[in-house]
Amino acid sequence: MGARAGGSLPVRVAIVGAGVVGAAIARLLTRYEGFEVHLFERNADVGWGASKANSALLHPGHAEDPRRFPLRARLCARGNRLWHLWAEELDVPTRWPGELMLAFSEEESRSVFGEYLERAISNGVPGVRVVGKEELKALEPNVNPSAVGALWAPTAGVIAPWEATIALVENAVENGASLHAETEVRRVVVEGGRVRGIDTSEGFFEAEVVVNAAGIHADSISRSAGVDFELRPRRGEYYIFEEDAYPKVRRILHPTPTPKTKGVYASVTVEGNLLIGPNAEDLPPWAKEELSTSRSGLDFVWEEASRLVAELPPRSRVVKTFAGIRPEPPGSQWVLEAYDDPWGFVNAAGMRSPALTAAPAIAEHVVEEFMGGRYGFELRERASWNPRREGIRRLKEMGEAERERAIGENPLYGNVICMCKEVSEAEIAEAVRRMRRIGLKTVTLDGVKFRTLSTFGWCQGSFCRVRVARIVSGLLGIPHWSVAFRDREVTYGVGDVKVLLSGSKGDGSS
Amino acid sequence: MIRGRRRDLLVIGGGPAGLAAAIKGRELGLDVLLLENREILGGIPLQCVHPGFGLHYFGEDLTGTEFIQRFVDKFERMGIECVLGGHLSSMSLVSDLEKEVKVITSRGILSLRATAVVYATGARERHLHEIGVAGSRAPGVFTAGEAQTMMDIYGIMPGREVVIVGSGDVGLIMARRFALEGASVRAVVELMPYPGGLTRNVAQCLEDFGIPLYLSHAVVAVEGSKRVERVRIASVGEDLKPLPGTEREIGCDTLVVAAGLVPYIKVLEGLGVIRDESTRGPVVNDLLETSVPGVFVAGNAMAINDLVDHVVEQGERAALGAFEFASRGGISTRRWRVLAKGANVRILVPHMVSGEEDVTVYARVSRPIRRARVVFPEIGKELRLPVARPAEMVSVRLRREEIDRAGDRITMEVLEDGRG
Repeated sequence: MGARAGGSLPVRVAIVGAGVVGAAIARLLTRYEGFEVHLFERNADVGWGASKANSALLHPGHAEDPRRFPLRARLCARGNRLWHLWAEELDVPTRWPGELMLAFSEEESRSVFGEYLERAISNGVPGVRVVGKEELKALEPNVNPSAVGALWAPTAGVIAPWEATIALVENAVENGASLHAETEVRRVVVEGGRVRGIDTSEGFFEAEVVVNAAGIHADSISRSAGVDFELRPRRGEYYIFEEDAYPKVRRILHPTPTPKTKGVYASVTVEGNLLIGPNAEDLPPWAKEELSTSRSGLDFVWEEASRLVAELPPRSRVVKTFAGIRPEPPGSQWVLEAYDDPWGFVNAAGMRSPALTAAPAIAEHVVEEFMGGRYGFELRERASWNPRREGIRRLKEMGEAERERAIGENPLYGNVICMCKEVSEAEIAEAVRRMRRIGLKTVTLDGVKFRTLSTFGWCQGSFCRVRVARIVSGLLGIPHWSVAFRDREVTYGVGDVKVLLSGSKGDGSS
Repeated sequence: MIRGRRRDLLVIGGGPAGLAAAIKGRELGLDVLLLENREILGGIPLQCVHPGFGLHYFGEDLTGTEFIQRFVDKFERMGIECVLGGHLSSMSLVSDLEKEVKVITSRGILSLRATAVVYATGARERHLHEIGVAGSRAPGVFTAGEAQTMMDIYGIMPGREVVIVGSGDVGLIMARRFALEGASVRAVVELMPYPGGLTRNVAQCLEDFGIPLYLSHAVVAVEGSKRVERVRIASVGEDLKPLPGTEREIGCDTLVVAAGLVPYIKVLEGLGVIRDESTRGPVVNDLLETSVPGVFVAGNAMAINDLVDHVVEQGERAALGAFEFASRGGISTRRWRVLAKGANVRILVPHMVSGEEDVTVYARVSRPIRRARVVFPEIGKELRLPVARPAEMVSVRLRREEIDRAGDRITMEVLEDGRG
């Protein structure tokens, strides 16, 4: 049913949710003839759900039990390998330091490592082996001396998670996909056993295939298509340290996992900051937007991370604490499925860990197994498909000669706005240009922050946010105070400084 | 790369400490260049529209802008060279007599070389994450400095209903500043059992405006989804930990964090200067020279000051040091005495004094002390203060002959005057 070559009438695909999974699917679909790809996102920007606040890890895949979670096991190991290519094509920063699962007793080492070695073999994860105390110390000088050994998985990596989603969307849009930001999908419209489209906050949108990648809200989207399950929000909290806070870790460290969580990790981000977390706290079903941190959760993370390392940097060197929500599906099983009833409905839901790692493999699965296999669409590659995307050129990462050249070509590169991260006006302007290019309706300060890393440093924006907002206001031709923070309703200021006395917001010019 | 000639003195930062250092250096006959990262000279006082500046230095009560304009005018009258809009990217030592800094500007990368450097880059503010406040990360949280820049440089109102964390002078002044613009200032929350700022500021900024001050309270959580909607505060015990059952909510759309400052010395740290964990600035001798020969520091980059008048004094002092360094090819070897923190002294600068000349030492006490005795036991010096409070620096002039009486160490203590 529905098999059609990439001929005259394109197949309209609506992807719900521009997180890393939805964006990866969108990108891969644009590779083939005959699909018209539309990506729907309720937030002002892409990747602001679970894709933003997570451990940023590219897991090797030996933590997944192939008997209970065969799909997770296969796609995680595959995704880890695929990210090498995808990150290179998309110019997304990654590092591959490898990972050490620590054991604190001979007993733990014997009972647990055997199981994970079996999984590594079964899942096709390369290079996993047990290391003794001496080699452990050599691999990780800052390991807690009470660790007796570790399971070494050299293929583990870290990625810039928000940059990944942004890059996927930019590349998808470059290849013809459309992004519908600030558009909330309310339900899937089904008629006669087939998907007809979606109802959105901006009206009805016709589509032949709907891919549900709506993160923590994917359960209500699925329910509207007649496929019922419930996602539970699971909160994870983190500390991130200043870039120059030491000691750091050379590898990714974590304890032996429990059924609920892989435990608290210590790792160094692609920007070079020590990151510790997460805990795993199940929240009530209504708390899907609960991004608050808690004292108890943060204290737990600190304590657990202290078990991994010989020493943490002092607390005064913490640059930020944050929380993320992961969608926890029933039985921890991903809901990755294409349906015959309703025909054209695909779930990429319940995308708990290791979904970030698996995202490219999940996209492959959706395109090859579902679009090609189940629904029988012909997958013919487009000759014009451009796999490449370039990131914003960062002043901070340039050598001196390169800096000279960049400033010579564009003097805005010589105007440093964010002192902590050495972000120039050129990068901020380029971020704004790109945000408009992918079709965002509102340019937000948070969007600029995640694209440029301005306000990510030491001062957390107390020096530079006002100047970033000034540049954005100039580019958009709007009053300085009215630049959006995170969505169009919440602006940087509430008006001109005299707004409360005069009652008029003023034009904010100064 | 644009390479300039080697200067005697490079001053980094065009705020009060840097301007004072550059002016003094020039008066002493040095070839001076000043680097400022903004497009305008003046630094933080540019956004300080309140009075209280210059009482010591000029014997007049000026606003921050009036105060700093006098220095800017003098700097310009003297024709001292400066680079505006230049970001200090790195500093390295070519030799002990030559420092090289790389500066990013829109005209390209400048390589500036100098015999001596006065580093006067000021401070950064402590933020919400650093003081351990949990809860929502919704927009509506500003540091006091960001809020002040928004209001008094760019003319933007940050919010309508405001809670302020920290009752140091910055917090108190911002409470009044918000009230003057018609905002409802719901509370100033202070962790310690006493206000962090000057008594006159508590009266003029809070009492005159009916703004409640919650002493021995902490903000335990920020709440709100799209924007801050309320904060939860609680009483704290003697250990400064929140007491269970004492939480209450205060509705607000804006939380202003005025939780103190930290010397902003990233580039100096890159150079490997030794840091004092109590001031979080560099360790300095009485010429305000850091552990790297010929690199001097002044103002809030050295240690957090209470009054701009002290900052200016330090700038001038550092310039004197730079003059000696540049004219004699280094600071002569001296018999340094360690200045040590005794009872109730939380911070103390400089860390070393030589006795070659009179010197001003700056200290902060660790708790308020009424009828305080400031004692230097090794040299038999003692003076009395009606009150010593953490908010106010205690500055004491040590004379050469007093220092000369000491061995290797001079301790400063602040004691309660037993005799009442």
